[in-house]
Amino acid sequence: MKDTIRSTNEVTGDEAAPVPGMQPAGRWAGILRMKGRLGDFVAQTTAAGALIVVFIFLSFASPDFLTTNNLINVIEQNAVTATIALGMTFVIITAGIDLSVGSTAAMTGVLGVELIARGMNWPLALLIAVVAGGVVGLGNGLLISIARLNPFIATLGMMTVVRGLTDVYTNAVVVVGPASVLGPDNFGVIGLGKAAGIPVALMILVVLSVLAYFLLSHTRLGRYTYAIGSNQEAARLSGIPVRKYLLAVYVILGLLTGLAGMIAVSRLGIGEPNFGIGLELDVIAATVIGGASLFGGQGTIVGTIIGVFLIGLIRDGSVLLDINSFTQDVIIGVVIWLAVLWDQFRRRRIS
Amino acid sequence: MQSSLHTPLVRLQGISKRFPGVLAVDDVNLDIYPGEVHVVAGENGAGKSTLMKLLSQVERATSGTILLNGREVPFVDPQHAQRLGIAMVYQEFALAPHLTVAQNIVLGRESTRFGVIDKRAEVEQARRLLQQVGLHIDPRRVVSTLSVAEQQMVEIAKALDIKAKLVIMDEPTATLTDQEIAHLFSVIRGLTAQGIAVFYISHRLDEIFQIADRVTVMRDGKVVATLPRSELDQQKLIQLMVGRDIQHLYPKPESRPGPALLRAEGITRRGILHQCSFEVRAGEILGFAGLIGSGRTELARAVFGADPIDAGSIWLEGKRLSIKSPASAIAAGIGYLTEDRKRDGLAMTLDIAQNITLANLPTVASWIDRGKEERIAVRARDRLKIRTPSVHRKVAVLSGGNQQKVIVARWLETRARVLFFDEPSRGIDVNAKSELFEIIGTLASEGRAIVLISSYLPELINMCDRLIVLHEGRISGELERSQFTEERIMALATGANEGDTL
Repeated sequence: MKDTIRSTNEVTGDEAAPVPGMQPAGRWAGILRMKGRLGDFVAQTTAAGALIVVFIFLSFASPDFLTTNNLINVIEQNAVTATIALGMTFVIITAGIDLSVGSTAAMTGVLGVELIARGMNWPLALLIAVVAGGVVGLGNGLLISIARLNPFIATLGMMTVVRGLTDVYTNAVVVVGPASVLGPDNFGVIGLGKAAGIPVALMILVVLSVLAYFLLSHTRLGRYTYAIGSNQEAARLSGIPVRKYLLAVYVILGLLTGLAGMIAVSRLGIGEPNFGIGLELDVIAATVIGGASLFGGQGTIVGTIIGVFLIGLIRDGSVLLDINSFTQDVIIGVVIWLAVLWDQFRRRRIS
Repeated sequence: MQSSLHTPLVRLQGISKRFPGVLAVDDVNLDIYPGEVHVVAGENGAGKSTLMKLLSQVERATSGTILLNGREVPFVDPQHAQRLGIAMVYQEFALAPHLTVAQNIVLGRESTRFGVIDKRAEVEQARRLLQQVGLHIDPRRVVSTLSVAEQQMVEIAKALDIKAKLVIMDEPTATLTDQEIAHLFSVIRGLTAQGIAVFYISHRLDEIFQIADRVTVMRDGKVVATLPRSELDQQKLIQLMVGRDIQHLYPKPESRPGPALLRAEGITRRGILHQCSFEVRAGEILGFAGLIGSGRTELARAVFGADPIDAGSIWLEGKRLSIKSPASAIAAGIGYLTEDRKRDGLAMTLDIAQNITLANLPTVASWIDRGKEERIAVRARDRLKIRTPSVHRKVAVLSGGNQQKVIVARWLETRARVLFFDEPSRGIDVNAKSELFEIIGTLASEGRAIVLISSYLPELINMCDRLIVLHEGRISGELERSQFTEERIMALATGANEGDTL
């Protein structure tokens, strides 16, 4: 890494002196002048290309794939991962990580069902579950920005603590509520319902994605997210209140995770304390496949959504093609490697 | 040194190195003789570093041959080059910080007995080698506890351990104090006396004349000339390097300092700064001189709120400021350009425009005004002559000089009236340096108060109206421009009592 930076610095800024490997990039930059984010664009096109290839392949390989039912199914099944992945994108861009999202989604789901079971109306229960997720995010943020724990360690601890608390409360037994409230005609609408023929989960996802996109690309918070991940000390010395913004991104992720927990409940109809084990890894994988760098400073919402659905299509296709779930995991692992290898290759070429 | 009487140790014949889109080294022919200090001079991007990487087999030449003692050297890898006796002392140090000095010296060549490392032999060997480079430290010390200069000596000791015939040094003095440089030069002389050739990259003109036997000047990947030192003077060297005359390296405008703008009183950080007071006037360039570790950077950082202080007050135009963080210093109109652009100045994954607006983002209710951001960046590019076809390129692809201008632009956007420049010319080429100093001069003449921190005395002497000198965290003296001499500054920098030993 150091070496590439040094060798690029060797080049004088004279217009006449071309930068090694930058000629094609220079031409692209002209085209993408308004976008400006060449690297991210390439990562997205790559992931998007893979998504399209898988899509076309499955369309031919399985007659059941290109059906409205199946496609809606794919969207609904990945709504939880996608919702969390939107927030994870912010966190990973700051060079952070959050391993606690799976536990938190289980906790907020259980909490929501418990509140409904005790007679609370579901919109209020949903709101409380979302806020509870935000509180967990705040805890992570405080551990990271104030106590200065490494994000991996802080959220590893949080993952265990939240899962433990959920199990203590439920005794690891499923929490049930009144079917009349939780059913597909009522609260279940969120995860399973349709409005005007469009899945509600899809609408929620589109709204959240658009919000997240604008937040990340067009606001102060988004810019500082990139700046902190790119160089935290430079950000601080430029007067950016780094701690405040770190807190904010973990809270955002927590809120989205709280919502995701309730989307899961709305699909399952129960509060499952064991929900979301390993979910954090799917979320991180989707983000990374979409071009985010664990070293920070890089990643986009569009890329993340593509990453989520690339994994989603592979899982869906594997079911349709009768590939067993263990083999699915192998395929997805390989996709993660390929995505990151390609990313490194591309970065080396650009620098 | 009558080096031309020997046969060359290393001969480069028609060496070229092509990277995608650029010919970094272009048909270079060069001889290095045993026992000579061969300096390669040239601007950034001239191809010096690439040439070194070809010699040390970090990179493979696109064409041409390298002969060692008359025999062609096949390309394998850096370890192979080491085994042939070509050692590289890196610009950024390549030692393992958590291992001991001795472990680092023998790294990769540990002597073992039945698979067990012979620690005592290792330490003894290290001790002997350290003695040769005049470094009197315990070889069992962990490398991360050593100063930069000491680490460099360990690297040279390592080169001695592999019985290097050629030692390559890439800007070895970049972060050294004058005494450390003097020591380095005497060690280099010790190497050449043993017949070891030293191939040396440098930016600093004065030291080229101190240490070089011969100088090869590179420009745009080509060798412009190889001359013995005796046939060169400063003007001629600069002319060869940049291809034209630079009248003045330090274009300092006539200054008319106004009233005091910033005043710091009794700044104290326990164990680091003691009762430091100074003031800087509008339109004035004040220099901070001192050895590395004397507290120059720390004083600037303290005033800027980057580090907490234990005591002291900061006043701007007679009003006391409450500075708790860089954010409050910036709000008050103070800016600080850090000494290490890459470490804590630039956000490398962001583009030029985004780096320029980092400290003062144009927003409307938290919403970034992209149009305004673009206009700000383009205006800054034109004003400061940042050489880039687009302000949306990543800063990582800019040269050091242009990167530095991006950071200057950032601080101008904050409307800062007091600007601290910490080693602004580090790692940038001669051309960019004179441009940068011209910018600094202009900023001062526009009524800003400038504080210039530098390890390089000619820079301070030529640019500053006034100097304060720091020694061990205290201000040891203040000099007006008419009183500037290197000797005087050094006497204050090393502590008045040690002054006479110089």
